[in-house]
Amino acid sequence: MRTWSGNRLVCWVVAGLAIAISASVAITAEESGSKEAKSKAAAADAKPVGKRREEFTTGSSDVLISFINEQIRQGWTDNEIEPSEVAGDGEWIRRVYLDIVGHVPPMEEIEKFLGDKDKAKRSKVVDRLLDDPGYVRHWTNVWTNLTIGQDTPQRVSRKGMEKFLREAFTKNRPWNDVVMDIVSAEGHFEENGAVNFLLAQMVMPDDGVLATAKTTRLFLGMQVQCTQCHNHPFNDWQQRQFWEFNNFFRQLQKEDHRKYDAKAGRMVDDYSELKRRDGVADHVTYEKRNGLIEAAYPRYFGKDVVDEVAQKDKDGWDVNRREVLAKLMIDGEKPLVALAMVNRMWSQFFGYGITKPVDDMGPHNPASHPDLLDRLGSEFVKSRYDVKQLVRWICNSEAYNVTSQASKVNEEKDNPAAGTTAMFSHVYLKSMSAEQLYDSLIVATNAHKSGRSSWEQAEDKKRVWLRQFVIAFGTDEGDESTTFNGSIPQALMMMNGDLVKDAISAQKGSFLNTILAETPKDTDRIRRLYLTSLGRAPNPKEAKGAQDLLRVSPDKLAAYQDMFWALLNSNEFIFIH
Amino acid sequence: MSFVPAGMTRRHFMSHMAASAATIPAIQFMQHLQVHAETVKKNQKACILMWMGGGPPTIDIWDLKPGSKNGGEFKPITAAGTQISEHMPKTAAQFDVLNVVRSMSTREADHGRGRYFMHTGYVPTPTVVHPTFGSVVSHELGSKRKELEIPSFVSIGGDPGSPGFLGMSNAAFVVNTQGRIQNADMDGVDDNRRNHRLAMLGTIEDNFISSKRGEAPQAHKDVYKKAIQLMTSKQMEAFKIDKEDPKTIDRYTNAGAPTGGMMRAGGEFGRGLLMARRLVEAGVPFVEVGMGGWDLHANVFNTLKDRNLPSMDTAISALITDLKERSMIKDVVVVWMGEFGRTPRINQDVGRDHWAASWSVMIGGGNLKGGTHVGATDADGLTCETKPYLPGDIWATACYALGIPTTTVHTSKRGRPMKIANGGTPIPELIG
Repeated sequence: MRTWSGNRLVCWVVAGLAIAISASVAITAEESGSKEAKSKAAAADAKPVGKRREEFTTGSSDVLISFINEQIRQGWTDNEIEPSEVAGDGEWIRRVYLDIVGHVPPMEEIEKFLGDKDKAKRSKVVDRLLDDPGYVRHWTNVWTNLTIGQDTPQRVSRKGMEKFLREAFTKNRPWNDVVMDIVSAEGHFEENGAVNFLLAQMVMPDDGVLATAKTTRLFLGMQVQCTQCHNHPFNDWQQRQFWEFNNFFRQLQKEDHRKYDAKAGRMVDDYSELKRRDGVADHVTYEKRNGLIEAAYPRYFGKDVVDEVAQKDKDGWDVNRREVLAKLMIDGEKPLVALAMVNRMWSQFFGYGITKPVDDMGPHNPASHPDLLDRLGSEFVKSRYDVKQLVRWICNSEAYNVTSQASKVNEEKDNPAAGTTAMFSHVYLKSMSAEQLYDSLIVATNAHKSGRSSWEQAEDKKRVWLRQFVIAFGTDEGDESTTFNGSIPQALMMMNGDLVKDAISAQKGSFLNTILAETPKDTDRIRRLYLTSLGRAPNPKEAKGAQDLLRVSPDKLAAYQDMFWALLNSNEFIFIH
Repeated sequence: MSFVPAGMTRRHFMSHMAASAATIPAIQFMQHLQVHAETVKKNQKACILMWMGGGPPTIDIWDLKPGSKNGGEFKPITAAGTQISEHMPKTAAQFDVLNVVRSMSTREADHGRGRYFMHTGYVPTPTVVHPTFGSVVSHELGSKRKELEIPSFVSIGGDPGSPGFLGMSNAAFVVNTQGRIQNADMDGVDDNRRNHRLAMLGTIEDNFISSKRGEAPQAHKDVYKKAIQLMTSKQMEAFKIDKEDPKTIDRYTNAGAPTGGMMRAGGEFGRGLLMARRLVEAGVPFVEVGMGGWDLHANVFNTLKDRNLPSMDTAISALITDLKERSMIKDVVVVWMGEFGRTPRINQDVGRDHWAASWSVMIGGGNLKGGTHVGATDADGLTCETKPYLPGDIWATACYALGIPTTTVHTSKRGRPMKIANGGTPIPELIG
């Protein structure tokens, strides 16, 4: 009987609340940015779409951006897709911060941006972020994960790889130079951090097969690994070509040094080193499907380099074959290295490349926008492989500035997650990386200010958290960043772990503490919590829920903490949109 | 006397509650739901993998060679219809449901490659990440067990590998033998506040889900739902072996008179197997339990007889006895393997090195036949004299026992069809 009445009660309460919510009138202040976008959108609705889009600009006047916009728009026209509205300022600034500097924008920056009347404010933000130290940190993270994986293999120095990449992004080194250094690298894994890319592909003895596959995939955007065993079913890649490529990697030799630890009284791991084996045969042998054994000589897309490889270097050693390979890779007016980088960077910002998958270019897998890929590739080379310039082109394009909300028209036709070709009519969601999530939690909550830890302590804390999170997260390089691949342990870490616990603490200096002290009105406090975590104001239903929570909670601070907890744990927080 | 409103599924009810505003004191209802979810699931098929990290010397355990120069120090004893090491007497007494496959020939003698090959049935290639077999079982059986509130693949001190193209929802849930789950409690937050949090979270998530931003936001909510379910589930008790009778714990972990304090490490394996039994009882279809210390390049015989074998013998025999007593043995298939065997030749340090050409795996329980051996190596243990078996054949045999069709084909992320257990065949001598 008691059960029954309890049962009735809950139904009644649920129903009553639903009515209360639907009946409540919108009273929360709309975000000025989204208001602006809405009125813009409303005005635009009256005009033909193509006309409106011609007017779109972030304030940048680069001619290549107009070319990008034309190409993308042509795709919309050809496929009878209408683009989504231009993103509101709140949505856009959160996105561009996450994509360029790897964390959500601090609340002050959002408020400043929303109030800024400058018509060129978006392009100015892009320029400013490219000079932000966060740019170097973020892209070092991205490329460390791409080169050695999220989980550091044994006997690989993550620090070494990061140091090499940090220097590259700090100086904005031309990308062809970076590739040259990585592919030809030799030496100590901390003194020359570039070696760690190849060391990470040498965890199992395999005659350099993984190194071959990964190098072509990451830096040339080609998947040759299947041809290890058979000719490619769909493109011109032959089995022989795989082994010709592999030939360049046959001098790879990893040396793991150990040293005596007097304290522990035993031998422990010291440094590792990538060395060159001398006297390696000029050909490799492989077995064809029909059982015949064949020989493959070093050759790059038909260009024979047997003679070059047979030379000695100035020290009397066999010449470094990978150096010969690297030079061939970066040679020419539009080498694959440039196209692969353009495509890769495009996919970093849009979730999908101009080919899908991003690292499988070739005649068997046509690009969605071939002319765009082509032109971006040659312009990238002309810019002397200027990575920052590439980011500028992408972020100032119209496609990067539309909202992530699909429209009725483009929802089905442009849904790459469901298998359609990416047309970039709306911005696709991306999952934050572990690093983006960590840094965003820090920025959104001033967590670094609430404790009294030093920079080193903070870095150690971050490393420990990331390691746990990555284990909980799992890694699979084949995954698209646009799908959610989180795990239960990861969700538990977010809900109950120390980081979020610290983040919602109300210690002196923390975000909550500051908000509560500086903002007198509850509506404003709620709005600022939403703004800092989601880049938008609460909708009426959410505002009402928040007010209700404050009313029923005996402890107001606890209510704010619970609210903040919910915001930071939400899908809207963890996705880049 | 169900507490869920009539005409409403539990799931629907839960989502209703999560979507409603923060003012509902929902905790008492949730507690009732938990009670109803707590149903002990017997007679469900499951697999327990005993993973011997480092590569066990199966020539000293399952396939002895008395009279050969490679034979080493141990003598065989009778175990049902076959013979195993004299240092496995308790297991020998339970061998009527177990079998040795003596003609494994697996090529891979590197730890990393062997681990991958034995766990997945596939040799490592740069093309694709193959799912470890626990993930395959999770994918096939876990999704069908709606009442299961804890993960369908648990690894206890094991080295399970990746779910590969089957995705993170089938990844191993890793715990240590203490069974402590990290971050499983909202410390210092009372039930009332927890419900406020979840209600608000529901509001924000639902708003985002309905905003035309693809499928990913719903996937996030689904994972959170599972995590919340786990936090509040009574089935979490399965991880707590201290709920067992101390006599039972003793049976799994006490390998007799300690010799030089070496028993502790072995006790861990026993605790792991006991937890595995509890998890299987709760409905978990695949549990991997790891035991390390097998990379015996030196001093192999002393290590085996003083440390590894007594504790392993105790743990395995306790598990089999327990499964028999609870009438679970006919539903639970057990597999014992490492990444490879060890050289028949004894090296100068009285050790054995890596050897993949001819070695043994133990398998039994479920609806498999028992008490015998399959295949044979020559008198010195150097080659397989009968048809060699691959890990895929072992896993295909496990599929048979689990009721998973061996015709099952998965599709990799690149759209390539992948046969379950790499197209292996159930071993005919073991199946009815």
